[in-house]
Amino acid sequence: MSGPSTYVPKSAIGRWFESRLPVMGLVHSSFVAYPTPKNLNYWWTFGAILSFMLVAQIVTGVVLAMHYTPHTTMAFNSVEHIMRDVNWGWMLRYLHANGASMFFLAVYIHIARGLYYGSYKAPREILWILGVIIFLLMMATAFMGYVLPWGQMSFWGATVITNLFSAIPLVGDAITTWLWGGYSVDNPTLNRFFSLHYLLPFMIAAVVGLHVWALHVVGQNNPAGVDIKDVEKDSVPFTPHATLKDATGIAAFVILYAWFVFFIPNFLGDSDNYIMANPLQTPPHIVPEWYFLPFYAILRAIPSKLGGVIFMFGAIVMLVLLPWLDTSKVRSAVYRPVYKILFWVFIACVIGLGYLGSQPPEGGAVLAARILTAYYFAHFLVILPLLGLFETPRPVPASIAESVLKGDTTELGKA
Amino acid sequence: MLSKTSLGMIAAGLMGAALLGAPAFAEGSGHDQMKPTRLSWSFAGFFGHYDQAQLQRGFKVFREVCANCHAAEKLAFRNLAEPGGPEFSEAQVKALAAQYKVKDGPNDAGDMFERPARPSDTWPSPFANDNAARAANGGGLPPDMSVLAKARSYKRGFPWFVLDALPGIQYQEHGADYIAALLQAYKDEPPHGVKLDAGQYWNDIMPGNRIAMPKPISDGQVDYTDGTPATLENYSKDVSAFLMWLAEPKLDQRKKTGFRVLVFMAILTGLLYATKKRVWANTPH
Repeated sequence: MSGPSTYVPKSAIGRWFESRLPVMGLVHSSFVAYPTPKNLNYWWTFGAILSFMLVAQIVTGVVLAMHYTPHTTMAFNSVEHIMRDVNWGWMLRYLHANGASMFFLAVYIHIARGLYYGSYKAPREILWILGVIIFLLMMATAFMGYVLPWGQMSFWGATVITNLFSAIPLVGDAITTWLWGGYSVDNPTLNRFFSLHYLLPFMIAAVVGLHVWALHVVGQNNPAGVDIKDVEKDSVPFTPHATLKDATGIAAFVILYAWFVFFIPNFLGDSDNYIMANPLQTPPHIVPEWYFLPFYAILRAIPSKLGGVIFMFGAIVMLVLLPWLDTSKVRSAVYRPVYKILFWVFIACVIGLGYLGSQPPEGGAVLAARILTAYYFAHFLVILPLLGLFETPRPVPASIAESVLKGDTTELGKA
Repeated sequence: MLSKTSLGMIAAGLMGAALLGAPAFAEGSGHDQMKPTRLSWSFAGFFGHYDQAQLQRGFKVFREVCANCHAAEKLAFRNLAEPGGPEFSEAQVKALAAQYKVKDGPNDAGDMFERPARPSDTWPSPFANDNAARAANGGGLPPDMSVLAKARSYKRGFPWFVLDALPGIQYQEHGADYIAALLQAYKDEPPHGVKLDAGQYWNDIMPGNRIAMPKPISDGQVDYTDGTPATLENYSKDVSAFLMWLAEPKLDQRKKTGFRVLVFMAILTGLLYATKKRVWANTPH
């Protein structure tokens, strides 16, 4: 994909600069000349949408940090100060808080697209695992960010999640005390969470750099799941083709984002977080933000604390192992009739877990969460390894050009 | 060999079993309080904005009734004159503030002193601290009202909570509905067979139905000067609207800005899509 750059600057200054630091050539080969499979659908614009969201979160976050005070007695009030007295502060805060949700919405779609089209399979294992690392960093960042407004859910969410580490045998309590910087979630915890919440997005940006690098080494997967064989016939240059399609995707996504920010800014939040943190008063139901709910359901489905923690992290480990658990040689679900169904069953399973995570763990909800947790792991550990052996795939096209001519992959989001 | 259908059916069966279990708990877990009625608010919807006259009436109720026990630390007198709020005149706010005393200092002699409040001061709290507030209110702490309308809500349940996000039928006014309903949900006597502790009152809306706040307001308690009937129902609506403004003072600006952003983004998306179509026109894909 990426050989030596053929980029030749037009101006003398450009040539002088390029021979000393070929940064324009790098940009040119990565985002202009880079061959893009011509059959990509709109699900492939979510990479660009995620890059946009990362930048949006960093920009709004940096400005918010100028007005925020990370102290237990002042954090809640400083957020209200931003909402009331900082020029456009309400917009910055709603952009940032809802931006986190939009970021997760986009990343879940991006991951689901990878699952559907088999984007994790050779030679894209490292690319995929880098993505899982980004996902983990995002979860850590979002979790710590939610603590900063120091509302009731901030405090009690932080208490519940940090307490999970105490489940580790022998050293659990020591680790928890070390994380807290004391014997409960308190001012030292808030301070370090603020520090880390500012640090982690830049680590995400760095891993995104590696993710894009790895992508440009192995090339993009595509709805047909076959690699580019003939650059002329199978691909188009990234600019203007993919650039414009990505820009369209971003603009459409921003409409959704703006809808949340300006018209239903508190829809995804918990009303309890408008009550200042009170260590003496536990809210009736401690519920994390929506994007953690499936994992929260798995955590609570296991009747032991340590077991719950292991299964919760295990749910992510499944994603890491996925390239080797899926034994099918065919990448795209378009040519895998059974997997295509089981993919949607899996999505329904995760949504079901998310719903159960939002409900009190009582009665039928516990049993339902256990069944769905079992199915979640069975999907990775039983279904995918066996399916590759027993499923009869439809004939895979010889090339992207052939699949385009046959109209094979026009079923999903083509325009 | 497993066929496509049999695998699908096993999976569907598992999912079905899981979801059958789900409704069983939805019933038993909630509080047995009544749901607030969804009222029609001027600040709801796409073009929603606060009703100034209503906010002014609501402020009167807040000032004469609620503020006797509840603090509103984030309310500054100047806010009452800002656009998108009750919009009293600068002179009115100045005169209002001057009626309140605030503590200032230390002065050059090192002493704290009291002076009349200025528009830049925040609303004086009725009690010196939480303990004083508890002592005066039978052990209950009247919550600060600054963001109360966003700190209160009620569960809508599936599928309503999903539909509440959709353009055109969006619903964000749970807090105002909850407060308005709660103020009208006091019962003189608890249901037969229920015994209340001292300092507890029966309320159909309050989670658990036991509330430490005595019935705060009744018909005719606050004089309305604009001809609006002085009824409990109107007091409840007006003060809830005021509390919504207090919790979300930039709502008018937010919705106006949002409308422009949506129009701009819709046009931009359209233009980008048309350009993209053009560029891809000769590429089969």
